[in-house]
Amino acid sequence: MEHSVREEGGALVASFSGEIDLEHSPAARQVLLDCVGQGKKVLVDLSGVGYIDSSGVASLVEAFQRAKKGGLEFALVAVNDGPRRVLELARLDKVFTIHDTLVDGL
Amino acid sequence: MATSSTDAPTAILVRDLVTHYGDREILHGIDMEVRQGEIMVIMGGSGSGKTTLLRHLLGLEKATSGSVQLLGRELTELDESGIYEVGKKIGVAFQSGALFSSMSVGENVMLPLVEHTRLDRETMEIMMRMKLEIVKLAGFEDLMPAELSGGMIKRAAFARAVVMDPVVLFADEPSAGLDPVVSRSLDELILNLRDALGMTIVVVTHELESAFNIADRITMLDQGNILTIGTVDDVRSSDNVRVQHLLNRCFEEEVLDPDAYLARLVGEGRRA
Repeated sequence: MEHSVREEGGALVASFSGEIDLEHSPAARQVLLDCVGQGKKVLVDLSGVGYIDSSGVASLVEAFQRAKKGGLEFALVAVNDGPRRVLELARLDKVFTIHDTLVDGL
Repeated sequence: MATSSTDAPTAILVRDLVTHYGDREILHGIDMEVRQGEIMVIMGGSGSGKTTLLRHLLGLEKATSGSVQLLGRELTELDESGIYEVGKKIGVAFQSGALFSSMSVGENVMLPLVEHTRLDRETMEIMMRMKLEIVKLAGFEDLMPAELSGGMIKRAAFARAVVMDPVVLFADEPSAGLDPVVSRSLDELILNLRDALGMTIVVVTHELESAFNIADRITMLDQGNILTIGTVDDVRSSDNVRVQHLLNRCFEEEVLDPDAYLARLVGEGRRA
């Protein structure tokens, strides 16, 4: 898994690529919590992620919940079919705000 | 329902598996292959050897001869630490549930994560609640197993089996004893796990409707032998009398072979 964080249009854009699985989800979690900790809107760009397991999804949930408590916007962007099915499995597609493109999210 | 490609890599390979309990031969040379991302249903009547075969696939039985490979590892040659390593990639939903009575439902479901990962506690708890959600036990994490019905125990056990998103999931009679609505939702969950996570799933069942709902292929066992392996359509349209007999929900009723029966009565009928 690789990741990068940049600021765009007043939001922090956290982009991930590769697989977010048991091995990599602790790092993804830390990136996401750090973003939320900066007190800005967070967009999580998953366009490069082909696989995410439950631990990765749990990291998204935790960061999202923390953002909500802080009154911050938190959304997913460009979720591929595979990860989307994992979100649907736990009905989290109904919980997260999901944008098709980054432009939509901004 | 057949979405697994015939080109998919092999997840499980069984070759000429023979096993004995004492001097009694239980499996008489089983050959079976399960491909990655496939749902294989193992069916058979009481005493057909399906539970024994499942135990071999889990590395819980010593074979008399033959080979059992799981994810490229030869189970018959693995020591305890090897079995432990393979065990991290599989999930097992036992027929009885096998929950620890001294632990809450949530602690039971989370146990594989605690034992095999170093994830943050909060992550583990979210994963546990997600799995309880998908088996329709949301909010039950603080109850003790003794406070659950039989069907709820099975669903909690299923949640524990899939909490680590295993590469291969084994489920022993997952639908038995469940009401039709819950049974159907468990079937859908099995299909969704295959579709969403590419999970390879082996289900032992004698529930025909469930088998036909979920199977990519069915392995039908009879008295320790493979009777047939094929898609649902293959099995349904088989002209094998014994296959049709089993499909007619007559699992517990033996087809009487007069010679074998006589041999048994005079003590010569031990299966060999």
